[in-house]
Amino acid sequence: MRQALEGSQAIAQTVALCRPQVIAAYPITPQTHIVENIAKLVADDKFECDFVSVESEFSAASVVLGAAAAGSRTYTASASQGILLMSEVLYNIAGLRIPVVMTCANRALSAPLSIWNDQQDSMAVRDAGWIQLYCADNQEAVDTTIQAYRIAERTELPVMVCMDGFTLTHTLEPIDIPEQAQVDEFLPPYTFSRALDSRNPITVGTLVSPDYYPEARHAHHQALLNAQDEIIRAHEDWSAISGRSCCGLLRTEGDADAKIGILTLGSVFGTLYEARAAHPELGPVRLIKLRAFRPFPVAAIQEACAGLTDLVVLERALSPGGGGIVGNEMRAALAELPDAPRVHSYAVGLGGRDVPLDIYARALAAVDAPTPERFAVLDAELEKLPAADR
Amino acid sequence: MSPEHPVYLEDKLEEIRDSGRLHYRSKSLPTWCPGCGYYSMTEGVTWALNEIGVRNEDVVVVSGIGCASRFPFFMETYGFHTLHGRTLPVATGVKLANDKLTVVVVGGDGDGFAIGGGHIPHVARRNVDITYLLFDNGIYGLTKGQVSPTSAIGFTTSTSPFENHDQPLNPLMMLLSYGASWVGQAYAGQPEHLAKMIRAAIEHRGFSYLHILSPCVTFDKTDRTYRNLDFSVRNLPEGHDHTDRLAAIHEATKVDQPAVGLYYVEKRPTLSDTLDEIVVRAGGKPAQQAGAG
Ligand SMILES: Cc1ncc(C[n+]2csc(CCOP(=O)(O)OP(=O)(O)O)c2C)c(N)n1
Ligand code: SF4
Ligand SMILES: [Mg+2]
Repeated sequence: MRQALEGSQAIAQTVALCRPQVIAAYPITPQTHIVENIAKLVADDKFECDFVSVESEFSAASVVLGAAAAGSRTYTASASQGILLMSEVLYNIAGLRIPVVMTCANRALSAPLSIWNDQQDSMAVRDAGWIQLYCADNQEAVDTTIQAYRIAERTELPVMVCMDGFTLTHTLEPIDIPEQAQVDEFLPPYTFSRALDSRNPITVGTLVSPDYYPEARHAHHQALLNAQDEIIRAHEDWSAISGRSCCGLLRTEGDADAKIGILTLGSVFGTLYEARAAHPELGPVRLIKLRAFRPFPVAAIQEACAGLTDLVVLERALSPGGGGIVGNEMRAALAELPDAPRVHSYAVGLGGRDVPLDIYARALAAVDAPTPERFAVLDAELEKLPAADR
Repeated sequence: MSPEHPVYLEDKLEEIRDSGRLHYRSKSLPTWCPGCGYYSMTEGVTWALNEIGVRNEDVVVVSGIGCASRFPFFMETYGFHTLHGRTLPVATGVKLANDKLTVVVVGGDGDGFAIGGGHIPHVARRNVDITYLLFDNGIYGLTKGQVSPTSAIGFTTSTSPFENHDQPLNPLMMLLSYGASWVGQAYAGQPEHLAKMIRAAIEHRGFSYLHILSPCVTFDKTDRTYRNLDFSVRNLPEGHDHTDRLAAIHEATKVDQPAVGLYYVEKRPTLSDTLDEIVVRAGGKPAQQAGAG
């Protein structure tokens, strides 16, 4: 049913429809409304689940790890420092191949302390071995959350659904919340193949010698690459049930014969989409929204960028000393193409800096530079800095 | 306040100005809600520092994250806003680097007993010479009112809409059994007593833990209110022997009628003393003489 809902409220209702049996979380802005709404749904008997308000994110991730290993469908959510505090457990969950679903309400990292949005938190755990899906709007976050359970349970990999803090979590949008029957059809009751079972005792998390560690990591990498098919299939199957379609691994929008492309993740896509419609005079542009960042869908990216001479990557993150995280990966992915587009890599909207419509024109202007910028913070006002830091 | 002795605002302001304690207050005005118990803390700490006469630049206020942890902004001393729950190890580092500094740690119940709970026993047993002022409002104030590990059973919050069912911690009992060398309790609604307790805690050589009961007037309208605390808070019984740890623990069990005062104090070598002793035994010079700073 279509309703005006805050992003967090919509996610809480969606999580309830997925019937998790154990939820554990610790509050942190801007994730808090999701957890508070879930607590209320449980208290109002809108769905049955063991909800624990634990003492830290470290515990939250550990509780869902234990519950999922014992065979439950689980959920947790966090952001920023909470993701960092969870990180040791996030690696553990993924390495043990335990299907957990969580929301990351993307927020900047300390220091400097900031409660506002960017995507440095989920990017910081990009190598934890989780599937990471980035959502452009709240409807997509709802649909992605449902698909995340299917993907996690079929691949035995954890899935992190990333949605921009405040920009999405605290924004009211008209959102279609699916019917319980639709979700039940898509997500039948689940049995974890390796659930702890006293009749067949196993030990989880044992030491692995050098004889097997590299193979275990290889298998994990391969499992993530293979998960691309499941991400595409989950999107198709859910589209058939819900009548809505966002995208599988990525989405391209606009001119197929454009020479210039702009790629982004998350809600900045909506800004670019609007700007492109408002500025036809800026010429044909292809917009690419990367939904799956892990696994990194190289083949799909190469296809989406075919024919481009220039690709501008706008991301709400950076690797200090390295540059653009997605930008650098795009360069590597495209380098194999015979006519590889030049990649212009930029961070935008760090620490909650507004990303206005004119970012579109600024990104396109960057293409005209004689040599592509290796990396820059596009919207940094350098005059605020001492000369040595510019 | 008896009608024969009215207190005029002007007189009070003059008294505060003359006291010299504003010297320790920064130009930033506190951003806490009107009526928050935390205002008593800034008053108490500035009063205590002024009484002790320590120089601004010799004081470091270390905080975590939370409403309580905004405290350093309002102080004209060194301030360190660390991560949520990580105050005590950072303060330990500061003290080890420069033993001459007066290190005051402030934080909320969530910061100290939820996310940071693992650090407390170790600072207590090592007897790090710092003062920990724990502002306990029984709720996560900054994130707008969720259940905390010191919330009472039955307390309703946004993450316990079905009422809290988890047994609250007893911080005083924990600190007493962890081996803290100074343990006391005060109440934000008794600012003068609070200030004196803060002074005594700072003056103690070793790890001092002051538990401060403080209402969150915005997100707790039912439980830890001034009205309820005014009614339940009492003094430690006359004759309480604050050198008797078991007697202190016994008093700490009486949670329905929390008692303010000094529960326990003992003299014991601090972490710096112990480390110096190792150096001396090995034939070196203790840190202070070696000029660490
Ligand atoms: C790792 C991490 N998790 C969660 C948060 C969000 N957070 C900030 S303050 C706080 C709780 C504050 O409660 P308390 O420590 O009792 O302080 P109060 O605001 O009540 O003074 C939380 C959960 C955070 N900043 N960092
Ligand atoms: S929310 Fe509560 S604890 Fe925070 S400043 Fe307001 S009254 Fe004080
Ligand atoms: Mg608190």
